[in-house]
Amino acid sequence: MIIPAVVSLGGLGLVFGGMLAFASQKFAVEIDPKIEMVQEILVGANCGACGYAGCAQFAEEVVAGRAPLNGCTPGGAKVAAKIADLFGAESPEAEARHVAQLTCVGDCNTAKSKHTYDGVKDCKAALMFGGGPTACEYGCIGLGNCVTVCPVDAITMGKNGLPIIDTNACISCGKCKNECPRHVIELVNAKGVHHVRCKSQDKGKQVRGVCDRGCIACKLCVKNCPVDAIHMEGNVAVIDSYICTNCGTCVEVCPQKTIV
Amino acid sequence: MSFKTFKGGVHPGHHKSATEKMPVVPAKAPAVAIIPMSQHIGAPCEPLVAVGDLVKKGQKIGASKGFVSVPVHASVSGKVAKIGTCNSALGRAVDAVFIENDFQDTWHEDVKPNPNWEQLTVDELKKVILEKGIVGMGGATFPTHVKLAPPPDQKIEFVLVNAAECEPYLTADHRAMLEQAEDLIVGLKLVMKAVNAPKGLIGIEDNKPDAVEVMKKAAAGEANIEVYALETKYPQGAEKQLINVLTGREVPSGGLPAAVGCVVQNASTCIAISDAVRKGVPLIERIVTITGSGIHEPKNMRVLVGTPVEEVIEQCGGLTENIRKLILGGPMMGFAQPGPENLPVIKGTSGILCLTDLEVQIDEIHPCIKCAKCVDVCPVSIMPLFIGSSVEQGMYDKAESYDAMDCIECGSCAYICPAKRPLTQWIRMAKGEIAAKRRAAAAK
Repeated sequence: MIIPAVVSLGGLGLVFGGMLAFASQKFAVEIDPKIEMVQEILVGANCGACGYAGCAQFAEEVVAGRAPLNGCTPGGAKVAAKIADLFGAESPEAEARHVAQLTCVGDCNTAKSKHTYDGVKDCKAALMFGGGPTACEYGCIGLGNCVTVCPVDAITMGKNGLPIIDTNACISCGKCKNECPRHVIELVNAKGVHHVRCKSQDKGKQVRGVCDRGCIACKLCVKNCPVDAIHMEGNVAVIDSYICTNCGTCVEVCPQKTIV
Repeated sequence: MSFKTFKGGVHPGHHKSATEKMPVVPAKAPAVAIIPMSQHIGAPCEPLVAVGDLVKKGQKIGASKGFVSVPVHASVSGKVAKIGTCNSALGRAVDAVFIENDFQDTWHEDVKPNPNWEQLTVDELKKVILEKGIVGMGGATFPTHVKLAPPPDQKIEFVLVNAAECEPYLTADHRAMLEQAEDLIVGLKLVMKAVNAPKGLIGIEDNKPDAVEVMKKAAAGEANIEVYALETKYPQGAEKQLINVLTGREVPSGGLPAAVGCVVQNASTCIAISDAVRKGVPLIERIVTITGSGIHEPKNMRVLVGTPVEEVIEQCGGLTENIRKLILGGPMMGFAQPGPENLPVIKGTSGILCLTDLEVQIDEIHPCIKCAKCVDVCPVSIMPLFIGSSVEQGMYDKAESYDAMDCIECGSCAYICPAKRPLTQWIRMAKGEIAAKRRAAAAK
C-alpha cells in the first residue's frame, strides 16, 4: 500500500525538481556578484545619507559606476578603501569625519518662551502655531523631531529641553539636519572641539531679551583668537574647525558662554 | 418634520445661549487701528500710503496686482503712524498699516450711495465687489469676486447662502439675519445677478428657529429664493456639505462648487455685498461674537476692522483669571492665538472665543484603538485614523494615498476620538507637507 504512494509522490518530486532546475538555468537573471560583495562591505544602516533609497541601491549604483566609491558617509574612509580594493581602484582621499551638532544652547532655563504650546509633539507642528513657542526665532524648539528620525538612536532628548547628540554613535547621515525646521543641527568636523552654539541673526540687545546664552555679536572671540579661526557671519560668530587649534581662548572670553 | 442633512458629522454642545439673544452693539473705534495688508487668502496687498499721510474712512490703503486678492481700506480717518507688522489670525506676522484715529469719521469721497444700483451691469457689479474688498466672512476669507468668476463652461444654477453657523458659541450670523434680513436678501439677489443664477437657497440650522422665521418672511415675496431649515449638526455649514444638503449634488474630489453649478456665500458676506453696492461702503466692519466662560460680559459687537482684540476684550469686561485659550473664530475651526497683543480684528474674525480650564481639556495622546468613530463622522468620507498614524511616523506619501488633501479640516474626527488623538492637526501637517512636495514637483 505504501510503495505506490512513495513511488508516485517521489516521482512527481523528481519531475518538478527537474523542471525547476531547468528553469533556474534557463531563465536566470544575471546579477553582478560584485553588488552583493559591496553590500556586505557597507554599514547596512539604510540611512539614505548617500542619496539612494538604501544600501542595496547604493551598491547597485556603485557597481554601475554611477555613485562615487566613497559615497557611504557612515562607512567613511574604511568602507571607501574596501570598496576601492574590490574594484582595484586607488582608494579615494579620506574626508574628515563629520558629526551632527546642536547649534543652540538656549534650554528651558536660559531661553525665554513666548507661549505655551499644547498641540502635537512635533517641531514642525509647533511652528505652525504663532511661529513657534520659543521667544528666539532661531532657537531649538525641543520637541524632538531629530530624535525621531535618527536611524541609529544617537539623539536623545535631554531634561533641559535640548537634544543630546552622542557623537560617537553618529553616522553623519544628516537626517536630523534635514528634518530640523529651525536648522539648528549642523554637520561639523568631528575634530573640532569648540563651536559657537547659536544661530541668531538678531542684534545683541534683542538676543539678550530672549536668551541668556545667545551670541550677541560682541566679536570678543574674533579679536582674541590667536590663529584667526573665527569670523562673523552676519550677527553670529563662526569657528572654522580646520584652522582652530582647540586652545580654548574663545570659550574663556565669551561673555554669554555661547562657545562650548 | 425631517430636516435636510448630510452623512457623518458630530453634535458638539451649542454654547450659543450666552449671546444669541443679545442685539449687536457697536464697539468703540480704536485709538490706533491696525490694518493688516493680508486679510484674505491669496496675494498680500502692498500699502498705498506712507507714514504721515492723512487717510479718510473707507479710503483704499492697500492693493495687489494678483487676481486672488482684494484691496484693504482704512476703517478710521486719521494719520498713518507707522507701517510695521502685527500678528495675524493665521499665526504669523504680517505687514500692517497703523492709523492714528482722529475720531472725526470723515468719509472718503469714494464712499457714496449709488441710487442706480439696480441698473448696474454684471461686470460693473463684480468690479464693485472687488473694489470694496469683499471676502468670505465665515472665516476662510476667500476673495468673493473670484467665486463670482467661474470658468465660462460652467453654468451656475444655484447661489447658496450659508447661514447654518454650525460652529458652537458663534452667533454673529444669527444676529445679522435677525437684524439685517432685508440686506441679506438684496445681497443674495446681487450675487444671483452677478453669476446669472436662476435660484437662490438659504440654509439655516434649526437651532435658530427665529432666524428661519425672519428669513422666510423676508424671502416671502421672492419666487426664486427658498429658505431651508437644516438639522443642527456640525459641520452643516461646510461648503461642500451645504451643497450636498440643499441640492443633492456632490462636489468632486479636488473640485470647486462651480463644477456642480453652485456658488456659496456666507450670510454676513451677502450683507456686506449689499452695503458695498447700495451704500458704497467697503468692508471695514463686521459683527463679532465675543464669548466663552473666560470673558466677563459676552457680547455681539459691530467691530471696525483693525480694532485690536485687546480693546474689544476690554469693552466686554476683560478676561477672567483662569483664561486658558484665546481663539479667533469658532472652537472647531478657529485659530488659537498666542495672546491678544498686537492682534487686530480682520474681515474673517467671526468670533473672539475666550476659553477657561472649564472648557479646555488637554489630554495625553493614546494609541489608536481602531474604533473607526472618526471614519463614521468624517463628512468627506476619508479615514482620519490611517492618515494620523502615517503622519505620526512621518510617512507623508502614505497620508497622501489616503486622500489627506480632501480633508476640510472640520475637526469632527479629533472631536470624537476616544483616544484623544489630534487627528485634524496631523492631517493639517500632512496637507502642508504634501502641498510643499507638489509645489517642488511642479517647479522642476
